[in-house]
Amino acid sequence: MNNSTPAKSLAKPITSAANQLRVVRPETDNESGHAEKTHSTSPQSFSSESMVDARGVTKSYRRHKTSVAVLKGVDFSAEHGKMTAIVGQSGSGKSTLLHLLGTLDRPDSGEIHFANQRIDNLPARKRDAFRNQQLGMIFQFYHLLPELTLLENVIAPAMIGQSILSYFRNRSSILKRAKELAEMVGLSHRLNHKPSQLSGGEMQRTAIARALITDPKLLLADEPTGNLDQESGQSILQLLRNLNQESGLTIVMVTHDENIAMQCDALVRLKGGKVERLK
Amino acid sequence: MYKVLLCWRYLKTRWIALASIVSVTLGVATLIVVNSVMDGFTSQMQDRMHGILSDLVVETRATNGIAEPSWYIDRIRARLGDSVDGITTVVTLPAMMTFHHNGNAHTQQINLIGIDQTTYASVSDFSKYLLHPDNKQQLDFILKRNGYAPEREALQPSGWEYRSRVEQLKKDRQTELERYRQLQAKISEEQQTQIAKDSQPLSDSTTDQGADSQAKEDATQQAESNLDLLGGPAIQPIQNGGGGRVFDASVEQRIGIVLGIGIGSVRGRDAEGQVKDYFFIRPGDDVSIAFPNAGSPPRAIDELFTVVDFYESKMSEYDGTFAFVPIEALQRARGMFDPVSKQGAVTSIQIKLARGTDLNSARDSLRDEFPPSESYVQVNSWRDTQGPLLAAVQLETTILNVLLFMIIAVAGFGILATFFMIVVEKTRDIGVLKSLGAPGSGIASIFLGYGVLLGSVGSGVGVLCGLAFVWKINEIARVLEWITGREVFDPTVYYFDTIPTVIHPFTIVWVSIGAVLIAILASVLPSIRAARMHPVEALRYE
Ligand SMILES: Nc1ncnc2c1ncn2[C@@H]1O[C@H](COP(=O)(O)OP(=O)(O)OP(=O)(O)O)[C@@H](O)[C@H]1O
Ligand SMILES: [Mg+2]
Repeated sequence: MNNSTPAKSLAKPITSAANQLRVVRPETDNESGHAEKTHSTSPQSFSSESMVDARGVTKSYRRHKTSVAVLKGVDFSAEHGKMTAIVGQSGSGKSTLLHLLGTLDRPDSGEIHFANQRIDNLPARKRDAFRNQQLGMIFQFYHLLPELTLLENVIAPAMIGQSILSYFRNRSSILKRAKELAEMVGLSHRLNHKPSQLSGGEMQRTAIARALITDPKLLLADEPTGNLDQESGQSILQLLRNLNQESGLTIVMVTHDENIAMQCDALVRLKGGKVERLK
Repeated sequence: MYKVLLCWRYLKTRWIALASIVSVTLGVATLIVVNSVMDGFTSQMQDRMHGILSDLVVETRATNGIAEPSWYIDRIRARLGDSVDGITTVVTLPAMMTFHHNGNAHTQQINLIGIDQTTYASVSDFSKYLLHPDNKQQLDFILKRNGYAPEREALQPSGWEYRSRVEQLKKDRQTELERYRQLQAKISEEQQTQIAKDSQPLSDSTTDQGADSQAKEDATQQAESNLDLLGGPAIQPIQNGGGGRVFDASVEQRIGIVLGIGIGSVRGRDAEGQVKDYFFIRPGDDVSIAFPNAGSPPRAIDELFTVVDFYESKMSEYDGTFAFVPIEALQRARGMFDPVSKQGAVTSIQIKLARGTDLNSARDSLRDEFPPSESYVQVNSWRDTQGPLLAAVQLETTILNVLLFMIIAVAGFGILATFFMIVVEKTRDIGVLKSLGAPGSGIASIFLGYGVLLGSVGSGVGVLCGLAFVWKINEIARVLEWITGREVFDPTVYYFDTIPTVIHPFTIVWVSIGAVLIAILASVLPSIRAARMHPVEALRYE
């Protein structure tokens, strides 16, 4: 399919927005630069290669005064450039963990680190920007915006990350990149269709293209194939694997499917609020 | 950018939300209609109230009035300087008018106003309300030949044409009556001599003659009652300065008087429901007016006046009570004229202010000039005279505005509910936007912008509807009349048959700003709610 060249072409327009995120950015943008750095201040030893990691994370939900502990001290780490799968029974807290990694929620205790920078305690603005610039997320139910066309859905994160002025300045490169991504996911002929006119697989492809528009470092996928038939599930998976292998995109994927899980570089199981490393 | 895009898309895909805006629209439209009609009424009413009143009045209630008006006028001019546009002196007094109609004498209470016809027009719009076109130019208190408001059929004939015709008829009746009287006298004379001649009665001839005289008596009574019907008994001629000469009403007039149209006519409907005026006094008729003289104690004096014109200011209060006569005639009749100084006393001095002069401050400075403790005059503006009525109208407008704004506020709650529903409906999208990194403020501004858009569209449409309604209000009123079968403005009650409207651009501006503001206020809470939504819970929302 496609390689990393389109990613580089977009790198320029978003640098100004990314500059505000210096805290969360790795010291070197260079992809090979990660090897030299080690995190010395951390009490635990985490691999410098880890893209995102959770350290002793707990999370519980209060429901009618009774508190349900979902995560009871999770240590998790996804390595740079690897594809990590999270499995576990329904209700074991996979989605919860993914949301914590994606700063959509905050842990009760413990820390979330992204490229060796703590991100869970950042102010809301910075977390919003982090999600926008560094992160791509795809969900089981696609979560496209029904009022927008496929193309508009794809460029939505780029629009969110930029002011109207800079959006119009970079419009042509954003549109070019969006079309490349649509091409990559095989939907370039349906740019003006609304999500309601697309099939499940097509919607998930659109969601992937949307997740990639800001050229993120990390892709979080919550059961991306959960709602799809075997065939389209496989093709989505193929797409993700290609992204991982050709562009070196770090992927953390929650899945129910043992088969898919086995194909990943790393595999963890959530059980009883703890993480077991299987692979 | 996504905010604008989403706002726009939400507006485009949710036209139904406009339904909630329609309530605001209707409120705005009603507010505009009501305000413009009320303003129309108010300005017409003020025009009318002010019509025959001057701006300021310096008046006294003393029976003999202000003896030296020129001294006052000098002081007023000195005090107000250039702000005085016109000034005139007036004698007003309560009076009782008697006129004859269908053989009956009618009396009515009026306000007799003696005016200086040359200067009175400089302080009020009086002359434009007169019926005769020549009098509109310059009132001279002289009866015109004809031509009183030719478009009013009910008023024809009037003037000299009418007067001489009536006098001619009266004279004819008089002579006929005279002839019968003479005839009767002759007959009875003949009878007397007959009786004296032959004392023995001749039965057959007596009965014959008795029947004959009976018939003649009947005829006499008939003639008399006819005369009554025509114009009542002949009015006692008063010599207006003429020494011993007999007054010939068919070619001479008495002192002229201008009556309010309400004194001399009634407005009603005929059998077909058409509005009709009926004049029981016409220009050319004589009326008798009793009023107090300036003596102490005052004695009533009676004068005859010839109606030379009517005025119609369309203020029933004025039209039904004010009667204007030349000031000099009134001064002489009341004994207010000083033959030595050649100056007549007046009861009030009326002042017209130059354009742009503040009415109240001018009044206050005159009050300062003539403090009640030192002088016996009072200073009032026309607004003081009509104060309660104006205040009532003002209050009515204010209350209506408050009520209608309440309605718009209620509509605002409708928008609030609709917006909450939309936010709830969009919960998942909000979660998605947050997961894509949209800040809370951005999400809030989507919904705020949506509110602004809807509010603007709603109030824009409302303003257009309101203006169209006002523009076609008389046609709409006619349709309503046709549907309901009853007249919206009964011309026998109101003096106008079209609804007066005045549109103040300022009203439209604040009304539409108010409506947009309500829409914005109503969208603030839902926006805040949207912004505060927890991304994970929003994503989970089914
Ligand atoms: N907002 C919430 N309030 C209360 N309990 C919650 C809330 N969100 C999640 N939970 C509970 O937390 C537990 C973990 O939920 P989570 O969605 O992470 O499970 P999961 O592993 O993703 O399950 P699935 O495979 O079905 O998606 C569940 O028992 C769920 O009921
Ligand atoms: Mg889940």
